Amino acid sequence: MAEPLLRVEKLVRRFGGIIATDHVSLDVAHGELHAIIGPNGAGKTTLISQLIGQLTPHSGTIRLAGRDITHVPVYRRSALGLARSFQITSLLPDFTAIDNVALAAQARDGHSFHFWRSARKVPHLRKAAQDALDRVGLGHRAGVPVSRLSHGEQRELELAVALATRPQLLLLDEPMAGLGVTESARMVKLLQELRREVSIVLVEHDMPAVFALADRISVLVYGRVIASGTPAEIRANEEVKRAYLGDQHAVTSHG
Amino acid sequence: MLLVVEQFLNGLQFGLLLFLLAAGLTLVFGIMDFVNLAHGSLYMMGAYFAATFVAWTGNFLIGVALALGATLLLGIVLEFVALRHLYGRDHLDHVLATFGLILFFNDAVRLIWGPAGLALPLPAWLTVPIAILPGIHYPAYRLAIIVVALVVALLLYIVVMRTRLGMLIRAGASNREMIGALGINIKLLYTLVFGLGAALAGLAGLMQAPILTVQIGMGENILILAFVIIVIGGIGSIRGAFLAAIFVGMIDTLGRAFLPDLLRKILSSAAASTAAPALSSMLIYLVMAIVLVVRPEGLFPANRR
Amino acid sequence: MKSSFNVRTLVAALVVAGLLLLPLYTSLSGNVFALTLFTRIVIFALAAASLNLIMGYGGMMSFGHAAYLGIGGYAVGILATEGVGSGFIQWPVALLASALFALVIGALSLRTRGVYFIMITLAFAQMAYYVASGLARYGGDDGLTIYKRSDFDGLINLSNKVQFYYLCLFCLFGGLYLIWRIVNSRFGMVVRGLRSNEARMQAIGFPATRYRLACFVIAGTICGLAGALLANNTDFVSPAVMYWTRSGDLMVMVILGGMGSLFGPVLGAIVYLMLEEFLSQVTEYWALILGPLLLLIVLFGRGGIDGLLGRFNRG
Repeated sequence: MAEPLLRVEKLVRRFGGIIATDHVSLDVAHGELHAIIGPNGAGKTTLISQLIGQLTPHSGTIRLAGRDITHVPVYRRSALGLARSFQITSLLPDFTAIDNVALAAQARDGHSFHFWRSARKVPHLRKAAQDALDRVGLGHRAGVPVSRLSHGEQRELELAVALATRPQLLLLDEPMAGLGVTESARMVKLLQELRREVSIVLVEHDMPAVFALADRISVLVYGRVIASGTPAEIRANEEVKRAYLGDQHAVTSHG
Repeated sequence: MLLVVEQFLNGLQFGLLLFLLAAGLTLVFGIMDFVNLAHGSLYMMGAYFAATFVAWTGNFLIGVALALGATLLLGIVLEFVALRHLYGRDHLDHVLATFGLILFFNDAVRLIWGPAGLALPLPAWLTVPIAILPGIHYPAYRLAIIVVALVVALLLYIVVMRTRLGMLIRAGASNREMIGALGINIKLLYTLVFGLGAALAGLAGLMQAPILTVQIGMGENILILAFVIIVIGGIGSIRGAFLAAIFVGMIDTLGRAFLPDLLRKILSSAAASTAAPALSSMLIYLVMAIVLVVRPEGLFPANRR
Repeated sequence: MKSSFNVRTLVAALVVAGLLLLPLYTSLSGNVFALTLFTRIVIFALAAASLNLIMGYGGMMSFGHAAYLGIGGYAVGILATEGVGSGFIQWPVALLASALFALVIGALSLRTRGVYFIMITLAFAQMAYYVASGLARYGGDDGLTIYKRSDFDGLINLSNKVQFYYLCLFCLFGGLYLIWRIVNSRFGMVVRGLRSNEARMQAIGFPATRYRLACFVIAGTICGLAGALLANNTDFVSPAVMYWTRSGDLMVMVILGGMGSLFGPVLGAIVYLMLEEFLSQVTEYWALILGPLLLLIVLFGRGGIDGLLGRFNRG
């Protein structure tokens, strides 16, 4: 059995008396798109924060390509191949779209103690940034300040920024949050293309999208993984239906 | 031996005074998220008011009480007229605006009272040395400061921890919107808290007045120490401020008293007399630097990550 | 978004021209005082520009920047007192001392954020003030007179007011150019990005502290140069130049001029120091007016002078 790209083992994180991550274990294989679903407050963002390094787990391990990254600081994980998009759009609002992406490319281009040449005139960074923007369909909006992009475009920009760091594993925290129908469809199509190049962990509420995209799904309820398997297995799982999908079906069937 | 006890008590007294100052600052920062550099000016005004009112009334206690009231009033007026419009703004805006107030107060004091500074003489009954231990005497006034400061600290503790107002204050520190949603008059609460902070600063100022000269700029020198205390004591923590204040007061007083002699034993006399004053003043900052290296959140931070 | 008529650029160009031509004016009109005043303004503009680098672009609100004015000044003063009059030695020492101080203070202070950072930088600068006050050998509280300005071996005569003014101007323009290059470089982008959104920057792989620290050291070094210039200008250095209200003055200049704009600090320094000068002619108690004025500016003025000019652009 090939070594999984991401292996999370018995991760535990508490906040005072509350246990937000309750011995969570999951595997993500190379090339897999693994979705994490669960009701609000299940601890999905807490889990992502530990994967990315913003929170330290109290016990358990996180392994990326076999390497223990549980206590590796945030900025180091990017170099190790981990990238994330934020649940609440987190870009550099004073800069243009291409500047945002170019900075991400710059982060992977060795140290940045270059004081003289204009950053905007470094050809390989500019090209890498433009490529990433083209990839997500924002190529024509490169020079636009982030504050003037639509919400959907900003979500796509988040993706471009993550891609520019050339990750092995992409952690996407609700990329469809706040998107309308057309924009969601675009995002799903984009993710379908991206999954061929990079492994993805996707936290989402949008059930049709999840079931369309995921190779495997883990269901998180009250910080515990109550089920993990293929979309078909999850759909059939009684416990999941009771805890989560039951209500969700009611919602999605109303469109 | 006598000297050590005396300096120890001096350190305690200084520390308690610093606590009163730092507590006011922490309260205002914790509840209103407002950085008040002019806190030192309120300290100065307390001292100036005290010197003035005591001279007018000829009675120490009445003069002091009036001074306290005047400082409280000044704080409230300041908050009402100017500072409340700055809540919610960038801390830098606070720094700038209150910096302007410091300049204003320093010149206003110079205009009204002149550049020379004032003296606040103590009544006879406060200058007698009190025998706290057989053979060891300590000035009554300094003892009074210790007692008063401890009482105020205790009252502060009781109010913040045990009363409804205190509960509002603590809640307000963690969640302002919620307090507003509960229907509490938040503007009034803020004004009261600011007034309390001003009163604490003024009290510290007027208590210190008979011991140090009352002069322009006295607030700024001690404000820095209040900042150091807040950093050492920990973010948002009054208990931390108390412990850090005592600690800082002790180190500063004992350091200034004994460091020169200590240095003279190690270094040559010439080197010691050059290094001693510089080192004594640096001592507090060195301590702060060490705390920053070892525990950047402070020694007793209110929130645990 | 470039309009053909850019008010900001126009004002900057006018100011530059004015500064360059000032000695011509003073020699024609005989108004030597203006030259002295503007030499001082130019030096403070350099100091303010260095503060703008960390404050406006880097988001680090340092309330202890005047310490470098003192360090640079004392480097010159102490060496001069000890018989080392050569500027070729004094000035590099001034820069090095400032850089070292910035390195140590920055490493400690950058462990904190926000208002704590403000407090700590303030405290450390005040510490420098107290240390200088304790240096009995070098004047202590009374300060140190510098009997002979830095000697540059005939290359330039600092005692000549006009030559000295142009030297200061050269340092200012050179400093501004350096800062301009830095903020647009890859390094500058990182620092500005950290100000904009630190969490995002960490997520894409930038360790925050080392870049901020480097920026802090650069700014401190530039201000150390200003300190060396200032000491030569006044033929005197004292602890008072490091007193925390001086740091406040620098902050006001930066904010008044418009944080994060390249030329803003120059405008801020000019306006603030001329205001101070003008008000002190009117009344001895000029702070009574300046203080509330600052308060009003904070309450109602947004973005400083640069912001104001920007509004003219759009209108």
